[in-house]
Amino acid sequence: MSAIIHGAGAATALTTFHSKKLVARSRTNLPGRSKRCIVASGSDDGSKSFGSSSSLSLRHSHKLIPNNAVATKVDTSATTGHELLLFEALQEGLEEEMDRDPHVCVMGEDVGHYGGSYKVTKGLADKFGDLRVLDTPICENAFTGMGIGAAMTGLRPVIEGMNMGFLLLAFNQISNNCGMLHYTSGGQFTIPVVIRGPGGVGRQLGAEHSQRLESYFQSIPGIQMVACSTPYNAKGLMKAAIRSENPVILFEHVLLYNLKEKIPDEEYICNLEEAEMVRPGEHITILTYSRMRYHVMQAAKILVNKGYDPEVIDIRSLKPFDLYTIGNSVKKTHRVLIVEECMRTGGIGASLTAAINENFHDYLDAPVMCLSSQDVPTPYAGTLEEWTVVQPAQIVTAVEQLCQ
Amino acid sequence: MALSRLSLRSNRFLQPSSTTAAALPSSLRRHVSTDTTPITIETAVPFESHLCDAPSRSVETSSSEILSFFRDMARMRRMEIAADSLYKSKLIRGFCHLYDGQEALAVGMEAAITRKDAIITSYRDHCTFLGRGGELVDAFSELMGRKRGCSNGKGGSMHFYKKDACFYGGHGIVGAQIPLGCGLAFAQKYSKEEFVTFTLYGDGAANQGQLFEALNIAALWDLPAILVCENNHYGMGTATWRSAKSPAYFKRGDYVPGLKVDGMDALAVKQACKFAKEHALKNGPIVLEMDTYRYHGHSMSDPGSTYRTRDEVSGVRQVRDPIERVRKLLLSHDIATEKELKDMEKEVRKEVDDAVAQAKESPVPEPSELFTNMYVKDCGVESFGADRKELKVTLA
Repeated sequence: MSAIIHGAGAATALTTFHSKKLVARSRTNLPGRSKRCIVASGSDDGSKSFGSSSSLSLRHSHKLIPNNAVATKVDTSATTGHELLLFEALQEGLEEEMDRDPHVCVMGEDVGHYGGSYKVTKGLADKFGDLRVLDTPICENAFTGMGIGAAMTGLRPVIEGMNMGFLLLAFNQISNNCGMLHYTSGGQFTIPVVIRGPGGVGRQLGAEHSQRLESYFQSIPGIQMVACSTPYNAKGLMKAAIRSENPVILFEHVLLYNLKEKIPDEEYICNLEEAEMVRPGEHITILTYSRMRYHVMQAAKILVNKGYDPEVIDIRSLKPFDLYTIGNSVKKTHRVLIVEECMRTGGIGASLTAAINENFHDYLDAPVMCLSSQDVPTPYAGTLEEWTVVQPAQIVTAVEQLCQ
Repeated sequence: MALSRLSLRSNRFLQPSSTTAAALPSSLRRHVSTDTTPITIETAVPFESHLCDAPSRSVETSSSEILSFFRDMARMRRMEIAADSLYKSKLIRGFCHLYDGQEALAVGMEAAITRKDAIITSYRDHCTFLGRGGELVDAFSELMGRKRGCSNGKGGSMHFYKKDACFYGGHGIVGAQIPLGCGLAFAQKYSKEEFVTFTLYGDGAANQGQLFEALNIAALWDLPAILVCENNHYGMGTATWRSAKSPAYFKRGDYVPGLKVDGMDALAVKQACKFAKEHALKNGPIVLEMDTYRYHGHSMSDPGSTYRTRDEVSGVRQVRDPIERVRKLLLSHDIATEKELKDMEKEVRKEVDDAVAQAKESPVPEPSELFTNMYVKDCGVESFGADRKELKVTLA
């Protein structure tokens, strides 16, 4: 497990180039990479059509991606910064935003005096008081609705679901009121909420506590969904989500809270709609997010030893997909493997497969392959649980199959 | 204000007619001079209370206020009837839930509060929107799906909103507005302004779990939330005695005080809302049950006669109609004559007809409006049509 963390930590050093310009400016020793950063973070220029005039900029980015990019620590600013665990990074992000804007408040079960069931809100109640860090009773429907109602007046609540699965009880509020109110009111009301919580398959937590809600929420129009996977992007995405005027659902993972990484001291935020390049490569594009990123990186080590050069992208933005980064990658490698934790039916991978097939069909040399969890409730027995999610060995086999 | 408009219009209207021209201007002058003097009127039905002391039955009002009640209720009534005929002529589609019979609630509430106090209600929201200062044209345009509508034509009958008047809508799912309303109250408490939120719901929604969840939080955190149950005795087609074990909705808050009010009496509603506002600012949430009645069915697709008799509907109309009650009050207190009231009704009718005509003329939304107001910030995501050659729009 520690090997994965090291690998992930080193990989994220490269990925910082794709983040907000704030960080790019500090990397003055690598001007070429900074330029790539501005081209790649395409949220500023609206033109993301792939068959048209922006192909010029695409070729630029293609040239600038180095060919031998195996995870190496290249940036000197890695010596500054501080090391922390993922849940501490989330807490740091939350605290900074609450300091910055008095409208930000947190509501959820046991977030206040208890400090949060995963310690993400530890210490915040003492610092900000009971009115800003609210311990709610166990009524997801009501407190999610309350958060949305408060957001209609201009407050910026961060609503925590103790486990994402519990938010199924608040589905009506999230779908109808959170997602749709901006539209049905003709733009009168904005709902700047952040709905966050841990989800995903944990260690034998049982079926009801191992749900992947991103597959249920992805159809709701009007919301944005992001998934964090490292302390760096956890803090950045938390801050960006709070600052966003749109409702954002931030998916964390139960097993990733204790990841350790060094993050910058200076303030930074991550782009909500952007994917993260974990490991550039040439042979195949592997798209993943959240915990599966680490299974993919484990498989990547084995694949590199076998002579393959996979390009690993953490899609991070589950709704909308960053088809810009993904498209560039597909055009380079012509093979796609999606590794996700959602179930086979109707998951994020299913939508992503459809999106890639629709948009990049001409660039594919092989059908898009999607490795997902099995369509079963997650069993309690450890061995069975292991088989419901995608394991690194399966990823290696799939890559070998696709690259034949 | 209403009175000065009245005198101006009446004079213009009355000039051609010669019969009582001499008598009328003097009577106008008579009640113009008394419009600021407070009048005290007793409500017909006493308040029933739960865990609190009921307010007094004597309501402080003034002749101008009662006249404005009459005018506003007449306007609401005409709007709903116009909506009825527009629906039947297929200019309004989908669902259309009409409020006629319940107008006293909307006007009484407005009289007790300010435009900074928030109101949130369910799908039966046309008259509440009007009470909050909404324009007739905006209402009709929204109902007919035109761009001029209060939600740009994208909401429809169940989604009227008016942010500048703190009217938070207009919600289609039964009971879902109750947690939203408690959230509004929470925001008011957070910002430390002395305003309250009136969360309206019906007798059908009173059985929703989220009501009790939200009530618990509101009572726990002392939120300035007033939950108003508009008990019109039928939850769509099911009478209250068939859906609620305890139809005393004002008592169902248990630990939260409650008050039962005659919802067809605008003055009683005003008194109760005033009392509730003071209570909520000091002691936290309170439940109001407004005993009211709707003449139409649940919506336009419901005839309203399969679960109740026509005699019952006409009985209520004769005995408890809110507009008739106010009319009797105005006549008995010599505030206006019958002819003046009839003229007022005619003006209101014309107002509504003009608004309908104007709304009919206004354009439908542009096709590009399909993708506006999805997100506040441009996400740069493109949406393709079915064959990829169709409209490519960047989600804005």
